[in-house]
Amino acid sequence: MDWLGPQEWQAVRLSLQVAAWATLLSLPPGVWVAHLLARGQFPGRSVLNALVHLPLILPPVVTGYLLLWVFGTQGPVGAVLEQFELVLAFRWTGAVLAAAVMAFPLLVRAIRLSIEAVDPRLEQAGASLGASPLAVFATVTLPLALPGILAGMVLAFAKSMGEFGATITFVSNIPGQTQTLPTAVYAFLQVPGGEASALRLVVISVVISMVALLGSEFLARRVSRRGRVS
Amino acid sequence: MTLSVDLRHSFGDFSLDARFEAPAGITVLFGRSGAGKSSLAGAVAGLFRPEAARISLDGETLVDTQRRVFRPPHRRRVGCVFQDGRLFPHLNVRQNLLYGHRFASGWQAEARDFDPIVEMLGLEALLERGTTDLSGGERQRVALGRALLSKPRLLIADEPLAALDEGRKADILPYFERLRDELGIPVLYVSHSASEVARLASRVIVLEAGRVIGEGRAEDVLAAPDLLPGGDSGVASILGGRVRTRHADGVTEVEVGGLPLFLSGIGLPAGTTVRLRVRASDVMISLTRPEGLSALNIIPGIVERVMPGDGSGAIVRLRAAAGTILARLTRRSIRALNLSEGTACHAVIKSLAIAEADIARSGPQVNVAPEQEVG
Repeated sequence: MDWLGPQEWQAVRLSLQVAAWATLLSLPPGVWVAHLLARGQFPGRSVLNALVHLPLILPPVVTGYLLLWVFGTQGPVGAVLEQFELVLAFRWTGAVLAAAVMAFPLLVRAIRLSIEAVDPRLEQAGASLGASPLAVFATVTLPLALPGILAGMVLAFAKSMGEFGATITFVSNIPGQTQTLPTAVYAFLQVPGGEASALRLVVISVVISMVALLGSEFLARRVSRRGRVS
Repeated sequence: MTLSVDLRHSFGDFSLDARFEAPAGITVLFGRSGAGKSSLAGAVAGLFRPEAARISLDGETLVDTQRRVFRPPHRRRVGCVFQDGRLFPHLNVRQNLLYGHRFASGWQAEARDFDPIVEMLGLEALLERGTTDLSGGERQRVALGRALLSKPRLLIADEPLAALDEGRKADILPYFERLRDELGIPVLYVSHSASEVARLASRVIVLEAGRVIGEGRAEDVLAAPDLLPGGDSGVASILGGRVRTRHADGVTEVEVGGLPLFLSGIGLPAGTTVRLRVRASDVMISLTRPEGLSALNIIPGIVERVMPGDGSGAIVRLRAAAGTILARLTRRSIRALNLSEGTACHAVIKSLAIAEADIARSGPQVNVAPEQEVG
């Protein structure tokens, strides 16, 4: 990795770190919300659906500003978290939150589709064999939806790698602390002679995105082959 | 072992309003498609919440809407065999079979009944196979084994043979007969097929448009044209007998009420008790013992009743040593022969009219022995 300068290398490493944490931390709530949306029947289902998709539609800067407003050290949640010495704003942990929020709709969407593709009659069969709803979920729904869950994780990871607007608004662009790959590209383009660094990072992000997309495509195809009663 | 159901529920403009009891043995919920059979079975399995119902199994309440009791399906110990098998595609045959076992007996428990059930269903060779490449008959055998290994107190079989062709049906039916005879698990069996009723049913509940329109022993229901989806054309009698010998020419001799009956296409060993479905339209009546006739089975009897039937037809009920035999004739024939109560005559049945699907091993606890009255 000699061809990457220290600042570039830091940005790539931080992006991978942020994306990995964002994907892992959003996975449990993502599966839960996806299952709720796919199978649940409750009042407020469409409100929940809209809320989950909001970051997809809102300008990312707005999402970032809302995060700052809520999770900033003066914000209602941020002030509480600060007492537990957990500061999000202008820290890499905040970048994780911003990336997780922005990737959440993609994650939930992929998982929800794969759960919807699982034949509910198989879940009934599981219940008739003595499996509790939780056991049915763990032994029937989850394994059958696994390729879709993996596809959603790949998408969420790629989205987290590329998150720009909410990240730069919420945690700014501090080299070595909160500067991720896309914000680094932006920073390099702002200074004379930074094009070469920017180009190297662009190549890296194109490669990561392509791998992620192909991986998710491959896994999605496996979903459609499984999960139905033949 | 008794299941007792009293249920009201409406699905859109279809309403279900049924009461019935199912004792040990195989109780068949019988009726046309759309009569509400599967919904009723689904309510027992707990697949939906009925609007008003009281369902109990062995005196234990599963559902009581008045007392707000609804036991969830996984805590009912009601095993299900569905029409479409519903095997888990991500598990192989062995894992499918053992799926319910761990919930019934705990994770550590050894499946002591695994080998006998695998053997009974002939699944030894399939255990390590995936489920997607199994044939329809194999799938249903695995589904049956999977349900049995979950140690159910009641087994629900919802048209388990409907998706199979005739040959495969004949492969699966004997397993249900063995189930009834060897395991003693009560079975609620949903079917629209009179031949399945004749072969399996200890008791029949007839449903139409969501209501119970009749119930009784298989032989009583199959003798009642107004209870049968096919009307008069479905009427049949059931005779109980014992296989005596198989002759060299392929004809099997079955003793029915002291008389030999010659049938073709039975592979059952001598001594097996069987029950035979004889369709009323396959029976001819002759006043004198016919000579020079190809039919092998000529059974003397006495007309018990002549019942007017559909259109130009009528059903004649004969009492014979073999049991009650029904014959479907035209009214013209009845006039020509002057058949009325008390007329002595002969029932003529072609051997080939009783097909393989009409012949069943009968279980020890199912009493199909005909009343030994000779008129």
